[in-house]
Amino acid sequence: MQLDNLNPEHMCSGHVGCPGCGAAIAMRFVLKALGDKTMMVIPACCWSIIAGSYPQSALKIPVLHTAFETGGAAASGVRAAQDIKGDTETTVVTWAGDGGTFDIGFQALSGAVERNENFIYFCYDNEAYMNTGVQRSSSTPYGAWTTTTPGQHWKKLRKKNIVEVLVAHRIPYAATASIAFPEDLMAKVEKAKSMTGSRFIHIFSSCPTGWGMPSEMSIKIARMAVQTTIFPLYEVEDGLRYTINYTPKGYLVNEYFRLQGRFKHLTEEDLDSIQEMVDEDWNLLLRKAGISLETS
Amino acid sequence: MRQVLEGSHAVSEAVRLARAQVISAYPITPQTHIVEQLSEYCANGTLDARFLRVESEHSALAALIGAASSGVRTFTATSSQGLALMHELLHWASGARLPIVMAEVNRAMAPGWNIWADQTDSLAQRDTGWIQLYCENGQEVLDTTIQAFRLAEWVNLPVMVNLDAFFLSHTYEPVDVPDQKSVDRFLPPYKPRFQLDLANPCAFNQLAPPNIYMEMRHNIQMAMDEALTFLEQMEEEFESILGRRHGAVEAIQCDDAEIILITSGTVTSTSRQVVAELREKGEKVGLLKIKLFRPFPVNMLRERTASASKVAVIDRNFSFGASGIFAQEVKAALCNFPGHPPVYSYIAGLGGRDITMEVIENIYWLTKKSTAPENESSWVGLREVDHAVGQS
Ligand SMILES: Cc1ncc(C[n+]2csc(CCOP(=O)(O)OP(=O)(O)O)c2C)c(N)n1
Ligand code: SF4
Ligand SMILES: [Mg+2]
Repeated sequence: MQLDNLNPEHMCSGHVGCPGCGAAIAMRFVLKALGDKTMMVIPACCWSIIAGSYPQSALKIPVLHTAFETGGAAASGVRAAQDIKGDTETTVVTWAGDGGTFDIGFQALSGAVERNENFIYFCYDNEAYMNTGVQRSSSTPYGAWTTTTPGQHWKKLRKKNIVEVLVAHRIPYAATASIAFPEDLMAKVEKAKSMTGSRFIHIFSSCPTGWGMPSEMSIKIARMAVQTTIFPLYEVEDGLRYTINYTPKGYLVNEYFRLQGRFKHLTEEDLDSIQEMVDEDWNLLLRKAGISLETS
Repeated sequence: MRQVLEGSHAVSEAVRLARAQVISAYPITPQTHIVEQLSEYCANGTLDARFLRVESEHSALAALIGAASSGVRTFTATSSQGLALMHELLHWASGARLPIVMAEVNRAMAPGWNIWADQTDSLAQRDTGWIQLYCENGQEVLDTTIQAFRLAEWVNLPVMVNLDAFFLSHTYEPVDVPDQKSVDRFLPPYKPRFQLDLANPCAFNQLAPPNIYMEMRHNIQMAMDEALTFLEQMEEEFESILGRRHGAVEAIQCDDAEIILITSGTVTSTSRQVVAELREKGEKVGLLKIKLFRPFPVNMLRERTASASKVAVIDRNFSFGASGIFAQEVKAALCNFPGHPPVYSYIAGLGGRDITMEVIENIYWLTKKSTAPENESSWVGLREVDHAVGQS
């Protein structure tokens, strides 16, 4: 792809992610956009493994691996130290999974952005605790099988809308992005990098291993999530100004669900009610963006 | 300059003089006066540091882990529930070899809610890889806090400076506050051995498989051993510049003592008085104050108690199902030493109950009368209450 040539790589081959890992693809694009003047905090998640074990690292930037729930706080400390040393050129970022962001690290994240700490928080979202073997998180979508929502006990609760929670903190920048839309993703990273204060980027990152699909489906599934408005691409500035970055063309959710093993138990009726939920969420987003339903 | 200082402010003054660069803390009684003062110093420019007002103790320590990994001097303070909340990160800080300094105000663990003196909070963290020091008075708190930075940075381990709730944290005493120049001589700016660095990008705290984890742990123990040696040298330097020295342990009239009382923290001051009075009555009693708990000064303990016929440990803490925690350590230190004195363990003053001179004297007489320790621990001054549990 053309993008490969545009920015230097800051991630090496030899990482230990599964084939087709969306989280690895997400990291690669994000680092291309961030550049090498970046320090990264990684709380426990798949990326604690993907980055490689002592004494090797797949990342060509300084990385601080930290405890699971400390993404927001540890990055605050790294930033404070750079500030007191007079370093203004380093971008401090956190790179956490959905579990480390939506659940166990939520308090530290909320605390950090309430203080408007000057950092970018990236959440790569694979919609479950993958590191520990596909357990449900509050990011796991309605309808999904996980090892803790097995059989007929598939998850019958909605996914937490983390971006809206961050928006409610009125932070300078909150955005969604997808590994299937790298130009949009990298543009958002560059935009976030040019701002100060707390910035949050939520990246949809397919997980072939946890979602029960072939590795070559990663990008296709991520693209379909956007096209169906299951995972809309948008950004919010100062908690107020919404911009929707991709206008879908009326794809229905069925095929997205049918392609993934984690949803194979769902009936047509289940999918109908999921379609209703997705439409409802999309319409809500349109209203927030000030787009009236008739014109959309 | 001699000033009348609250124990908490002895900590704050020390941290100011140590020129801490990033401070992060969350309020809990009785630690608040320490951090309020530091917050003020950061706000009015007396101290050129960033003060992170985080949303929990867990985040306070996590933030310092980030800051210390970036090569700056860091400080936090907490107590009791706050320390317990930090537990996971206490291990992280030592495992990551970060010289973080913490003031820990010893307060009882709930329930029931109790904000008063009790050492079980910090002693329950004994296996987390932190150097632990227990202070007796305001002067020792100030000196030890300054020294803590030097020690931590020398061995790359975090240091916890402990002081009893209220008896020390909220008591005003005359304290000599050294001038900045002298402290700068003793404690030069922090030169980190490693830090997050764009010019030399490294991954810290990454996956460590069985083929290397054990060596990393052993390195921590080597640093603990080094701390024991360095403490001595450091105290000499401190003494030559500031004229004071406290010691990892302090032996008071132990040389010819038949019974040695072993204490830590503020109960030591009261015990000094008791020992003086008993000596006047002709009793051959000594006092051994243990200041350094981790690393535990095993050899010093063996030497100082060698000639005694009994030792009596007073613990303001307890390990359920076992005994007083200092007593356990003393027993462990002496057990391989042939002919060591029997160790009596007494529990007193939990949850801030006064350990009066009478209590300590009583402990002495109980020990003297006894021919051998009867219990793992004896609880002194227990009131008559209904103890029935699990009986119908
Ligand atoms: C306090 C604590 N609890 C549990 C764990 C075990 N653990 C490590 S990673 C993880 C799940 C991570 O999930 P997520 O943040 O979604 O990242 P992913 O693995 O999916 O990439 C869990 C439960 C831990 N390391 N620390
Ligand atoms: S389990 Fe999923 S997220 Fe984790 S490395 Fe494998 S593909 Fe990537
Ligand atoms: Mg996940």
